[in-house]
Amino acid sequence: MNAPLKQHLIDPEICIRCYTCEEACPIDAITHNEDNVVVDAAKCDFCMACISPCPTGSIDAWRVVMQPYSLEEQMSWMELPEQEEIAKPDGTGPAEGGDVEALEDSVERLLAEAHAGAGGKARAPATASKPSINLYNLKKPAVGIVQGNYRLTSESADSDVRHIIIDLGNQHFPVLEGQSVGIQPPGTDANGNPYLPRLYSISSPRDGERPNTNNISLTVKREEQGVCSNYVCDLQKGDEVRLTGPFGATFLMPNDPQAQIVMICTGTGSAPFRAFTMRRQRLTADGGERMRLFFGARTSDALPYFGPLKKVPDTILEKHLVFSRAEAVEKEYVQDRMLKQRADLAGLLSAPHTHIYVCGLKAMEHGVEAAFEQIAKDIGTDWVSLRDQMRESGRYHVETY
Amino acid sequence: MLDLINVAYDTQIPNNVGLSSDKRVLKALEKWHPGYISWWNDLGPDGFQESLVYLRTAVSVDPKGWAKFDYVKMPEYRWGILLAPQVEGRTIPCGEHAGQPAWQEVPGEYRNMLKRLIVIQGDTEPASVEQQRHLGKTAPSLYDMRNLFQVNVEEGRHLWAMVYLLQKYFGADGREEADDLLRRTSGSEEAPRMLGAFNEATPDWLSFFMFTYFTDRDGKMQLESLAQSGFDPLSRTCRFMLTEEAHHMFVGETGVGRVIQRTCEAMKEAGIEDPYDIEKVRALGVIDLPTIQKKLNLHYSLSLDLFGSEVSTNAANAFNAGIKGRYQEAKIDDDHKLHNDTYPVIQLKDGKIVWEEVAALSAINMRLRDDYVRDASGGVKRWNATIEKTGIQFEMKMPHQGFYRHIGVFADVNVDPDGTIISKEEWDAKKDDWLPTTADGDFIQSLMKPVWEPGKFAGWIAPPRVGIDNKPGDFEYVKLHMA
Repeated sequence: MNAPLKQHLIDPEICIRCYTCEEACPIDAITHNEDNVVVDAAKCDFCMACISPCPTGSIDAWRVVMQPYSLEEQMSWMELPEQEEIAKPDGTGPAEGGDVEALEDSVERLLAEAHAGAGGKARAPATASKPSINLYNLKKPAVGIVQGNYRLTSESADSDVRHIIIDLGNQHFPVLEGQSVGIQPPGTDANGNPYLPRLYSISSPRDGERPNTNNISLTVKREEQGVCSNYVCDLQKGDEVRLTGPFGATFLMPNDPQAQIVMICTGTGSAPFRAFTMRRQRLTADGGERMRLFFGARTSDALPYFGPLKKVPDTILEKHLVFSRAEAVEKEYVQDRMLKQRADLAGLLSAPHTHIYVCGLKAMEHGVEAAFEQIAKDIGTDWVSLRDQMRESGRYHVETY
Repeated sequence: MLDLINVAYDTQIPNNVGLSSDKRVLKALEKWHPGYISWWNDLGPDGFQESLVYLRTAVSVDPKGWAKFDYVKMPEYRWGILLAPQVEGRTIPCGEHAGQPAWQEVPGEYRNMLKRLIVIQGDTEPASVEQQRHLGKTAPSLYDMRNLFQVNVEEGRHLWAMVYLLQKYFGADGREEADDLLRRTSGSEEAPRMLGAFNEATPDWLSFFMFTYFTDRDGKMQLESLAQSGFDPLSRTCRFMLTEEAHHMFVGETGVGRVIQRTCEAMKEAGIEDPYDIEKVRALGVIDLPTIQKKLNLHYSLSLDLFGSEVSTNAANAFNAGIKGRYQEAKIDDDHKLHNDTYPVIQLKDGKIVWEEVAALSAINMRLRDDYVRDASGGVKRWNATIEKTGIQFEMKMPHQGFYRHIGVFADVNVDPDGTIISKEEWDAKKDDWLPTTADGDFIQSLMKPVWEPGKFAGWIAPPRVGIDNKPGDFEYVKLHMA
């Protein structure tokens, strides 16, 4: 097996050798010599019990490796080695370890496709928390229990979008806003092979649907022929679900409360933005800059979370809900509203703390790009080079399917 | 059911010891509480009681979620009583009772010994808060100010931890001792703190960093050995305190490290190669390396004194009783009774420094001090790595154990930093090269100008490599509220 592996390490330049992590580790995976405190890759099961008690943050160091660093190597370090370039097995070129979105090739590829709309290699925001990746896979999935399954769109709307809450019990399943999980529907396809897992964005913030609950929520639209979406949309309270992930290391939220966040979505693309918004709301002590949401749907009763969204104060979230099929109103798409807000957006495009996120159907990309091209012109800039520059600094993100 | 992991807030005092159903202790603590708050207001950080400080508060003893960060006014900090979870079937780890079930109540025969250990530990906690109370006003950044206050509130919580043990297990005289912990004051003429180093002033930030590195590390070693106590409530208390203590070590090690780093960088920028060109270096507004070495010498020596005499009957008794163990007792491979073992101890014989094997039981202090020296040398190694990276030719060294000592075998002789015994005349002639002078102190003091703009740092100290709680560099760690 030559699959890359994510290895937990301790940054020797920041560590002060207090051995608090060693005490906290329930399975004795951490040890030390006189110079360094080190993690045994063969033992560490990513339970994260050592992360929070560390007084320095040195414990939160990770490298993607083909061959894990031995204890002896780690003990001899004066500093953490750079992330090595790791060529992916399918020959698609080197993957930069720091931004590896998944350890399973099929998922990594799915995410790479989803992020392609940003026009280049996606990068995480500079102040994003470090994500945990692929703690669970098909061989060793997490098992969640459905806590609830609620229809978000009205019965008369032509789309059935659901809010599904999954309890993770005692399992350690750390997620960040913007990450996804994989769900594998039970059963086999026409050829007798197990179904491939589908990815769904998590729509709850890192600390759960309510603060300090160990659960996640998903926003899933029923697709007529979709094996997985029908499976998920039909889940009943108490049902077991097998989850893989978490996945995604770039489409993440900046921790910087001063970051200006612009979110553009359609349909279930709103899932990560629900998580972003809830995260900001829970951090009100930080004040934080107001976020902006451009959210398109056919009609208001087909717009997921329409009711709850209305209740989010404007001081936290400036909402632009636009409808393309509403009665008695002119047809409006997100790009139309973006152009109406061009002065505001132009200002944001030139600000250094602005982060832009686009999420939804692939079909929305073109209109959004076109709107940004015009707005960039207003400030005398070329959109493509501005976008590339923002993406390189982790401030422009696209996740479309 | 009693939840022993998460903190209960059903009383004024957050705790995981079921206070709400222990009326007697709850009442005693509630009576003590106002005195504590008025002590904090009178002798805690001067001038910042109204400011919002981004502090971590322990909310659980489960490592996965033990602390939360938020803005708090310090007098409203939730000081609580937190014990590490009880280990099922724990036994007394050392001494003549080794292997017997750990005591859940105070063993009568060791009552006084135990109480004295708890009082001494308890006395150091508020003492350091008092020593550091003026530092906020000259903080080199909001980041450092926040770290200072974090250390302060946690020392306050450690006082609570010791007071809880006194109130819960020692009846009327425990209550009296708890009151006395608020009555004694660092540096006071009539009622000083119990240990010498805790009556010294902490006049500037370099002293603070050195104090947290060297003196708090003694505290850590003491906590480590009390965490090995056969008296289970003391062990559990200390185990949890060690989790917090680690932050204090962090402040010290990175604090000194950042001062050194800034000095080296400034020298490089100015093209100064000679670290002993003190005037030129000081003109850059940074602290020259030889002066940092002098501060190191001073704080290291004062801290070694805290370990007491090398050969000690008291320490032997405490170990033999199973009240206080050795550093990482459980990981030591011996019989944990030490009746037939010896340990090498440094001694003076005919005017010479020699090592002698003595009964291991009587050398408990020496052994803990050796563990301390090893532990403390780790950070010095890192500081030297910082210097080396910049290419400056200088090496920080811990002086010989006999240098500038006031307790133990070296109390009556003069020893130079290399470990040579010298005459009084030689000492007087050279001591200004080894220990900070008034002029050195004045120079350091001249740099102590507050820098309170978020993300900005005083010119004599480098910014940290990572923020607290993963915060960005310009995070406002303290929202100042100046009267």
